Amino acid sequence: MTISDDILQRHALTREEYQRIVDALRRDPTLTELGIFSVMWSEHCSYKSSRVHLKTLPTTGSRVLQGPGENAGAVDIGDGLAAVFKIESHNHPSFIEPYQGAATGVGGIIRDIFTMGARPIALLNSLRFGPLDDPLVRRTFAGVVAGIAGYGNSIGIPTVGGEIAFDESYTGNPLVNVFCLGIAAHDEIIKGVASGVGNAVYYVGAKTGRDGIHGATMASAEFDEKSAEKRPAVQVGDPFMEKLLLEACLEVMKSDALVGIQDMGAAGLTCSTCEMGSRGGAGIDIDVSLVPQRETGMTPYEIMLSESQERMLMVVKRGREAEVERIFEKWDLHAVRVGEVTPDGKLRVRNRGEIVAEIPNRALTDDAPLYRRPMEEPTYLGTAQRLSLGALGTRVTPVDAFRRLLASPTVASKRWAYRQYDHMVRTNTLVLPGMGAGVVRVKGTKRALAMSVDCNARFVYLDPYAGAQLAVAEAARNVACTGAKPIGATNCLNFGNPEKPDVMWQFARAVAGMGDACRALDIPITGGNVSLYNETDGRAVLPTPVVGVVGLIEDAETVVRSPFCAEGDRILLLGETHDELGGSEYLKLIHHQIRGYPPALDLRREAAVQRLLVEGARRGMIRSAQDCSEGGSAIAIAECCIASGLGATVNLSGVKATPGFGDMTTLFSESASRVVVSISPAHEAEFLALAARQDVSTQQIGVVGGRRVAISVDGRGVIDEPLDDAMHTWNTAIEAYFGPARAIA
Amino acid sequence: MKFAVVVFPGSNCDHDAHYAAQHVLGQQAEYIWHKETSLKGADAVILPGGFAHGDYLRTGAIARFSPIMTEVQKFAAAGGPVLGICNGFQVLLEAGLLPGAMLRNRSLKYQCEHVLIKVEQTDTPFTAACTAGQVLRIPIAHGEGNYYADPEVVARLERNRQIVFRYTNAHGVATDDANPNGSMANIAGLCSEQRNVVGLMPHPERACEMALGSADGLILFESVIKAVSEGVFAAAR
Repeated sequence: MTISDDILQRHALTREEYQRIVDALRRDPTLTELGIFSVMWSEHCSYKSSRVHLKTLPTTGSRVLQGPGENAGAVDIGDGLAAVFKIESHNHPSFIEPYQGAATGVGGIIRDIFTMGARPIALLNSLRFGPLDDPLVRRTFAGVVAGIAGYGNSIGIPTVGGEIAFDESYTGNPLVNVFCLGIAAHDEIIKGVASGVGNAVYYVGAKTGRDGIHGATMASAEFDEKSAEKRPAVQVGDPFMEKLLLEACLEVMKSDALVGIQDMGAAGLTCSTCEMGSRGGAGIDIDVSLVPQRETGMTPYEIMLSESQERMLMVVKRGREAEVERIFEKWDLHAVRVGEVTPDGKLRVRNRGEIVAEIPNRALTDDAPLYRRPMEEPTYLGTAQRLSLGALGTRVTPVDAFRRLLASPTVASKRWAYRQYDHMVRTNTLVLPGMGAGVVRVKGTKRALAMSVDCNARFVYLDPYAGAQLAVAEAARNVACTGAKPIGATNCLNFGNPEKPDVMWQFARAVAGMGDACRALDIPITGGNVSLYNETDGRAVLPTPVVGVVGLIEDAETVVRSPFCAEGDRILLLGETHDELGGSEYLKLIHHQIRGYPPALDLRREAAVQRLLVEGARRGMIRSAQDCSEGGSAIAIAECCIASGLGATVNLSGVKATPGFGDMTTLFSESASRVVVSISPAHEAEFLALAARQDVSTQQIGVVGGRRVAISVDGRGVIDEPLDDAMHTWNTAIEAYFGPARAIA
Repeated sequence: MKFAVVVFPGSNCDHDAHYAAQHVLGQQAEYIWHKETSLKGADAVILPGGFAHGDYLRTGAIARFSPIMTEVQKFAAAGGPVLGICNGFQVLLEAGLLPGAMLRNRSLKYQCEHVLIKVEQTDTPFTAACTAGQVLRIPIAHGEGNYYADPEVVARLERNRQIVFRYTNAHGVATDDANPNGSMANIAGLCSEQRNVVGLMPHPERACEMALGSADGLILFESVIKAVSEGVFAAAR
């Protein structure tokens, strides 16, 4: 077979990569084989640009039961149970078709979790969009939120939290990262392995169609324009089918009849067969004519590359086939035997018995290309890191800046989104969305799990190493605010085109920063996902390495929430505020700039603050805790008031800053490692002593009470806002873009 | 007493109803798969929330054909207490055990949030422990909870005192602002003419522990325990 440049290009393979295929096979590939190589060697499946960097991340620890390389990671949470979790992106599909793109993203990550034998109990999402005054962005935002809701609500897994931020760079390339967490008994964790020669390979779930066959890697003489038109580029989700699969798979797993199981996500049947074989040191021989199909005339190429949703591949222990089939029948699903495990380590694909592809698994997985892409420090950094506040001039008063920050969609209440998510189903949700980390209890134990996904991409843009460290610190701090000790993390690295040296540099520096921060805070990364080529018209999104951190609360009754609790409680600011407006929401919103250096992070101080939060919560001393992020301490204090309906009177000590920017810096600096806590007067002295022992600096800044948010700097009143006004501003800012909404109870 | 929690393939609040009955209230509870043909001696039946068959068609439209529904019909006809929560309420409407239908919320969006509902009738098995006019804070979570019936039907419901719960403000006034989904007459829940079948859109099983934000839903379960123990609402066997 002669392979033209055109065919290679349509498979996104280089001539060198083609030669590698020929060398691996010791012959020219068939078209089906070429298709299989193209998807397995795609960036998405092979991590060919990112793998050398990802290998530097810390992935082990005393609690880690499963690190990267499986469908999801797992950490020990005591009582013989494991938290199984991962985050994944569905960015590109969500721009093309927001509802289905986001919905199938949710479906995919849920399958990754229950494939491990875990019952999914919580979802989070991390979303990025362009500015909401753009109607196309509103359509994307509304569609993504509805898609997440439509899938998660139907299947009955609560969406308990997340984050949403807005920036021009995401206008043509939104980010949709979805996190799922499940619970499994240690001895029930099941892996994606194929072993035991002669064991049957089963296919179960939705039928295979032509949807999702990768447009970019699509090829050749067998297809013409018309067939391309028939193929939707984005898959359509069926949450009901997934609900059936979830329940049926969990029931089958309890039966101990499975050797291994894997979902058919990216690269569908191709990826699941060769990865399961590779992990088990075995081969898989399947006949595509046995695969249930919902369209007629599908070729082996199409069947192997289809990304139809809600499908699973299983290897069943010999002699247990009937038992497995019976369980699926109960759920009106039909498990179909499509092949068997072989000893030769090859993926062999037949069509009505005739071999159409035969490839050593290793060639598709471990021996896939690995690139050390060239890297170069981006030229924008020199200008971007220079910030001269003096040259900006003060354009607004502190109170105006405060109001505008409360109304900034990145800061404002995300109620418009999360009220569309069922966040209470399964009756485990101890902390409702909109208040930092999500917290769910683990039924049958005293424990609870806190989880948070975070990334301030502006910081990463200005200094990828420091920015990624700050993302780890923020996610861990949000978790610690609830009283949870961070025990594991997952990451979703959203960057531009890795073939551009400056993007690759951002990526490498961010991964290095993330690894160093995780080591310092003792939080292993148990898996994750890389999403590259997030560019539109050659312009990349802000580098956005999202970090999801999971934390453990030993006693669910000690969980700490962020709203203030009672009049008269003392308000303390943990950590120190510095002259750090670089990359801040204030600078972006008021002066339309992303400039300067991100806030400095001292990981030892960060660890100390988090230890104090966990210890203070355990001893029942902390009434409320809210991390300071976008908008600084002034916004953090306001959020504690708004969420509780209680006002506050606060005095902050002024920070030395550029003349004319003293108050702004004191109020809105985004210095790291800071938390607003409230303490009952009876516990104040004890808490201060504990903070001193942990070497955490504290400021007693005020008292909870009244109906105003009153903030002074060095005794001089700068903000004095009626609480009802602040509430209205913060609650309605996003809703206002979508017409009036009704607030209930 | 013993609760039967019916499980349709797409039920997703079955665990929650079971947990509330068994762990919070210390009663017996048993899951009943929708293809089964016996309620196994239960004293009360719960049709839980969820998306019974995916609900791509009208919500609950397929569920009413499940084999277990024949038993639920018989149980209800014999006077046994039946509670339909959210999707369970929708199934009761489709099965003709309660009148009316659900439209999409007037926001055209799924809504999950705490709402206030007023208990208007206390002579049903699920409100027997309530005081008339009591306002409960209970979450809703639905996309199609906008109750609709012909005006004559609503008038009949009013006349027969079948409107058990209404969306209200904190003072128990059924204002438009307090109506989360556009339901006619702010209807949040109904009972049958015999009063033993109750359906409501809010989720009492999600409001049984203060740790979850409200324990106001407990009283519905306490009511049926009381009603059954006093023999007021029991299926004639």
